[in-house]
Amino acid sequence: MKAVRINDVSKKFGDVLSVHDLELDIKSGEFFTFLGPSGCGKTTTLRMIAGFYYPSKGKIYFDNQDVTTLQPNKRNIGMVFQNYALFPHMTVDENIAFGLEIRKYDKKTIKEKVDRIRGLVHLGPLGSRKINELSGGQQQRVALARALVIEPDILLLDEPLSNLDAKLREETRIEIKRIQSELGVTTIYVTHDQTEAMAMSDRIMVMENGIVKQIGTPQEIYHRPNNRFVATFIGETNLLTMKVKSIEGDTITVENDAGLTLQGLTENLAAGLQINTGDEIYVSIRPEAFESGPGDNTITSIIELIEFTGVSVNYFLRWNDTTLKAMIISRERAIMQAGDTIELHIPKQNIYFLGE
Amino acid sequence: MSKKSVDTYEANWWSRLTQSRYFVYILISPLFLILFAYVIYPFYTTFVQSFAGENTLVNYKKFFSLESTANLEALWNSFYISIISVICCAVVGVMMAFLLERYDFPGRRLLSILVLVPMALPPLVGVLSFTFLYGESGIFPRLFQQLFQLEDVPFALKGIWGVIVVHTFTMYTYFYLTASAAIKGLDPSLEEAATSLGASRIRVWRKVILPMLTPSLIASSLLVFMVSMASYTAPLMFGVERTMTMQIYLSRTNGNLDMAATQSTILSFVSITFLLIMRWYQNRRNYQNLSKGVSVHRSEVSSKPLKFIAVVLSFIGTLILILPILVLILISFSKDGAWTIQILPTEYTLDHYKALFTDERTWRPIWNSLQMGFIATIGNIIFGVAAAYAMVRLNFKGKTMLDILITIPWALPGTVVAVNLIAAFSTESVFTFNQVLIGSFWILPLAYFIRHLPLVFRSTSASLMQLDQSVEEASRSLGASWLYTFRRIVIPLTLSGVLAGTLLAFVQSIGEFVASILIYNTSTIPLSVAIFQKLYAFKFGTACAYGVLQIILILIVLIISERLSKGSAGSAI
Repeated sequence: MKAVRINDVSKKFGDVLSVHDLELDIKSGEFFTFLGPSGCGKTTTLRMIAGFYYPSKGKIYFDNQDVTTLQPNKRNIGMVFQNYALFPHMTVDENIAFGLEIRKYDKKTIKEKVDRIRGLVHLGPLGSRKINELSGGQQQRVALARALVIEPDILLLDEPLSNLDAKLREETRIEIKRIQSELGVTTIYVTHDQTEAMAMSDRIMVMENGIVKQIGTPQEIYHRPNNRFVATFIGETNLLTMKVKSIEGDTITVENDAGLTLQGLTENLAAGLQINTGDEIYVSIRPEAFESGPGDNTITSIIELIEFTGVSVNYFLRWNDTTLKAMIISRERAIMQAGDTIELHIPKQNIYFLGE
Repeated sequence: MSKKSVDTYEANWWSRLTQSRYFVYILISPLFLILFAYVIYPFYTTFVQSFAGENTLVNYKKFFSLESTANLEALWNSFYISIISVICCAVVGVMMAFLLERYDFPGRRLLSILVLVPMALPPLVGVLSFTFLYGESGIFPRLFQQLFQLEDVPFALKGIWGVIVVHTFTMYTYFYLTASAAIKGLDPSLEEAATSLGASRIRVWRKVILPMLTPSLIASSLLVFMVSMASYTAPLMFGVERTMTMQIYLSRTNGNLDMAATQSTILSFVSITFLLIMRWYQNRRNYQNLSKGVSVHRSEVSSKPLKFIAVVLSFIGTLILILPILVLILISFSKDGAWTIQILPTEYTLDHYKALFTDERTWRPIWNSLQMGFIATIGNIIFGVAAAYAMVRLNFKGKTMLDILITIPWALPGTVVAVNLIAAFSTESVFTFNQVLIGSFWILPLAYFIRHLPLVFRSTSASLMQLDQSVEEASRSLGASWLYTFRRIVIPLTLSGVLAGTLLAFVQSIGEFVASILIYNTSTIPLSVAIFQKLYAFKFGTACAYGVLQIILILIVLIISERLSKGSAGSAI
């Protein structure tokens, strides 16, 4: 298993800067995810690690080996492509054995390895099938087996689940995570699906327009977003633009024109953010941060709209042009109606202050 | 770690070179070099030669002079023949497409197979069978003469109208193929909608059907026009001397090379203009297939008299399509010299076929053509596959240029290609390793190679485009080198495309006549020239036996490539 170090890497296509001054350390054996909307540079970064693109600037290291411009076939990586890229003229076993044949193992070893990995991805009896006789989920597993059987130093997964339907996607997600932790291979996973990223990763890098917005564990990314983009991209949030009224001790008080005043803690200031009284900042409140009844930041409001989702009840509250979404786990049978008045509060530690 | 550890990476000069973004230009330079040497350079020497003489423009002045109007007449005739050919082909082709796609009548299935027969006829053989059938001493004119006891034959194919009839027969398939594809994509509910809104049948045609067919009709028109302009065999056989291709041939045989160059340049100008218009039009055209996979309902011809007419007409159509092949087979068994004024040959023999395999003088041209076609096709494969790969997978400036340069030799009339080669290679040149190619064995393989440049290129790039690049990347990521990937992944997956183009290039090389007749060399006479010579020596039997052999070869190839491309055999054209 190898660690990956990306040192000040940029990639330009013509005049378009796709990845900008990227600095990154991925630990050996880690499950690391590149997350971001399409066009954010995540796939470009992955392809630079695979060797399909060379950086315009900067260096890439596997452990201490400089691989910046090493050809892809010399890197000992395993890659799973979005469309699987299986060889349509070969059977399942021939596909899986392809990389082993290049590594010149003898026939017996190849058969053993292929059989073992086929068992691992639950494709036991399908070895002699043609690729076009497999379902999407089965093809996906052949692609995974083909990448894993060569015992790669690094496993690269480029949106491997995006062509599967919702239920299968969740199953395969668990499967990939299981196999990865069983083998302990360093894994880099590219996705635009934040649930997938949160559920699978040890750490996540969030990207936008070629720039890293935040690197951290799923909990850090979710609960302590560094900036507005991360807060809105990951999960759901109420993002309000508010003015700093006062900073006293560890308490920050903010207000807006709609007459809403909130109090939070200085420890919830985004890393590196400096604020003064009178500044405009973003306030992020997750819908599930609301609690019933009075307490810190008590809010009494008329319910504009109500959604019952089974697990929870979503209340939409409104002040002039500010709308808040509050999510309360539904424990009681009776729920309120639109037009009723509700009393909720937001504990101080659940309010986060962000810059741009 | 795997047991074979990854090579340690060293930044040597080779890897520095391959990483440079100019490396791609080193890769594609051989392609451009070949195109420069064998397409641009010959073209350029002809162009220069066209200005030779005491006064640089003397040849052009002669061409456009009103005192001797032979050349202007030829230009006018070529245009005139081409335009009439387009109209005739359009009418026949579109009608056939509609009848076969929309109506069900007795004999439809047979007719729908035979409708593509003209594509299986090599140009010279096709014209040959037409003169046997409908020429002045042909079977049908004589039949009617004897039936009605006439002094002279009542009708005969000759002159310009002969050329146009042959063009219609051989080229309507272009219209048929595109029109039937368009009709298949035409939703019948559109017609029903128009009818329900009160439109008459004529109005539906004028306002709905024709506008929807327009793109395919325009594309086919341009193509037929180009092919007609380049047509040489039909004017030659029907003795129409005043066409551009014939004028070039005559200038060349009379030794007036400067004039031949001038005429070639002017004809090239017309052809290339049309090629560019065609490219422009095809890029502009958008395929809007709103309702996909509509099942076209064929209306059955039900009323008794109509059914009778349909049977008679489809019988006549079938006959017209199949007769050229039947007559070749018939005459190939006839004794040479025994058929004079009778309707059909009177004495038959197997000698011509025996001679094909036993007589050295008879099978020599077949062997020559197989050899030269083989060499040219090998060249086409290497160049075509490399160019297709570069075109589809590499990124470089000058892609459009490469595409146009490959297509130009295909658009140029064979006569012009021959004149260009004569101009360039009747002296030693660097591109021919200081050899004089004219008069040597190598000139015909080179001509075939140039004329059929786009065939392998097109079919290969079509199948490459269907091959997702990530499949190649997957192979690379598993440790395969570029070469290994090419051998194990790219070649197997594009083989059918490569093979389809290869077979087509091969049969076309074997049947090539137009350029061959101008530059063949007497010690390696190709098959097509041999047919022509036998014809003029009145050895019809041998000529037809050659022709039948060629048709069998083409049929085999058509069947194979149909299998390969699973029914989309027309795509290579």
